[in-house]
Amino acid sequence: MEKFTRFKGRAALLDMVNIDTDQIIPKQFLTKTDRDGYGQSLFYDWRYLENGKENPDFELNKSERRNAEILVSGDNFGCGSSREHAPWALAGYGFRVIIAPSFADIFYGNSIKNGLLPAIVSEDDLERIRSSFIENRAIALGADLEKKIIELPDGSEIGFQIADLPRKTMLEGIDQIEQTLACLNDLAAFEKKYRQEHPWCFS
Amino acid sequence: MGKTLYDKIWDSHLITHTAEGKPVIYIDRHLVHEVTSPQAFAALKAAGRKVRRPEQTLATVDHSIPTLKNGPYVNEEAKTQVEALQENCRNNDIRIFDLGSIDQGVIHVVAPESGTILPGMTVVCGDSHTSTHGAFGALAFGIGTSEVEHVLATQALQQEKSKNLLVRFNGKLNSGVTAKDIALYLVGKIGTKGGTGHVIEYSGPAIRNLSMEGRMTLCNMSIECGARAGLISPDEATFDYLKNHVIFSKKTVFEQALESWKQLASDKDAEFDRVVEIDAGLIEPQVTWGTSPEQVVGISKKIPSPDDFNSPEKAAACQHALKYMGLTPGADISETKIDVVFIGSCTNGRIEDFREAAKILDGKKINKAVTAIAVPGSGHVKAQAEDEGLDRIFKSAGMEWREPGCSMCLAMNGDRLAPGQSSASTSNRNFEGRQGKGSKTHLVSPAMAAAAALTGKLTDVRQFNPSV
Repeated sequence: MEKFTRFKGRAALLDMVNIDTDQIIPKQFLTKTDRDGYGQSLFYDWRYLENGKENPDFELNKSERRNAEILVSGDNFGCGSSREHAPWALAGYGFRVIIAPSFADIFYGNSIKNGLLPAIVSEDDLERIRSSFIENRAIALGADLEKKIIELPDGSEIGFQIADLPRKTMLEGIDQIEQTLACLNDLAAFEKKYRQEHPWCFS
Repeated sequence: MGKTLYDKIWDSHLITHTAEGKPVIYIDRHLVHEVTSPQAFAALKAAGRKVRRPEQTLATVDHSIPTLKNGPYVNEEAKTQVEALQENCRNNDIRIFDLGSIDQGVIHVVAPESGTILPGMTVVCGDSHTSTHGAFGALAFGIGTSEVEHVLATQALQQEKSKNLLVRFNGKLNSGVTAKDIALYLVGKIGTKGGTGHVIEYSGPAIRNLSMEGRMTLCNMSIECGARAGLISPDEATFDYLKNHVIFSKKTVFEQALESWKQLASDKDAEFDRVVEIDAGLIEPQVTWGTSPEQVVGISKKIPSPDDFNSPEKAAACQHALKYMGLTPGADISETKIDVVFIGSCTNGRIEDFREAAKILDGKKINKAVTAIAVPGSGHVKAQAEDEGLDRIFKSAGMEWREPGCSMCLAMNGDRLAPGQSSASTSNRNFEGRQGKGSKTHLVSPAMAAAAALTGKLTDVRQFNPSV
């Protein structure tokens, strides 16, 4: 997994609560069997009109927000299904950071594993970030995972929350499977004892 | 201090901590379907790893498959996806309930009915509705594809421990009110992030009185509260179900198991991080009006207006949802017209669900303006329903009786609404476009879905006097 330390880039604002995984990547794009190629279908139903043309009113289609790399959104971002296609689509579009007051559990874990930083900020700080967006003008935000801070366009900084373990996973680009396999002796010993004590699970 | 049921299952599965200090837990059962697994199998192969415990893994096809007999796939890619799972199972010695087998169906219906899920187990699947299996007192939760690969490779998973949330339903359910209504009521009460970071334990007399099917419906929708999992401690109802569904090699093993399962309850002095108390007698049949499961009201109520919400975010969400749904605040929710009725899914695709719907439909015809499909959750549910003559009730009422699959719950296989159509659906999510682009979903119980099919609008099932 690619390491994440700090990143600065163009920001976009989807100012809604409960943005669900069906909006992030609708089901008709889930029949693929690889991890790539979802970026073009990100937010499909909002991003494109019935006739397949771009919806000019959608945030990411505005010239000053197009190709944004940091997404700011409302509470409970990524609720709904466990589809890892959601972070694949966000990362595929080019997003590196999502800023919101809270994230759904499964989406949060999936994002960490894909090097997409889910940065949790308070509602008050979200308001500060929101008010740094200016109509018709592109703005850049920064995220520093070492310091756990978001940098606003005026240079001021606000803190974001991330627990120590996911932070370390992202900073070091840890392969979790390798990490677990490093505990293989413990795992095998546990399994042997567990099977003896729970024969009904294996009969 | 005593332990909660969740604490007990966690402790009995905690293997070790990684060098960085992250807990590693053992996984008893890994359920697999075609949509979230191909990338995991591919990555496993690319890394030169093998499936560590294929015998603890069970697969089926459900999301992408047609529900018309020998019907076409929605596209070539969907067919390829199903074939990929078949091949991955063959190459890795994984048992698959494949198309054409009576065992095939929605993963969360077929796993319990095949006796795969037992109390006290840890169960994972690349599907958020894995929480279903908490009905057996198993710790069951959805995982992403990277974690599917992780479990295939190790039969273990890195997890942070969640907090404990107790939801107690006191009193008795009223007639016409089902497990689905309990689930929807709770999401309305605590919201779609009300359970985030928690494992919910459901308790109280109203829960004890639920059948295993009802408990699966309730635990299934724990994820709609944002919870990692939902749990119900096993009791006689659980043990009776297992006696009918599990084949044990020896009688002594079953007796040993039973002794162990009886310990699977929260201690009297267990401390929960949060407790929510609900009077079950206050719950009426529920229906969602918006585009989030928390946007729900009782069927006798009016459609809310943004002014009814204290927070500006919820008011804005209400405004957005009303516009999408084309609904007028202040109107009776029971005046809402319905074009399509769907009965099925991992939430409500079990035999009891079809019995409840059939009770309402028996001897009647559905409204001419309504298209209605019933999609059994598995081949066994289908066969049982046909044995009981339920298929004839649905068909003579004017409904379609389909082959098992996820179907219109997520509309991935082509079973979907046309843009602008409204449904009364027994599924679990009413997100924008969930049942097809521009679709408007109202989540209800199977009996309520049947009532809506008869009248062509959202309807209080209690006017049909069901004895459910």
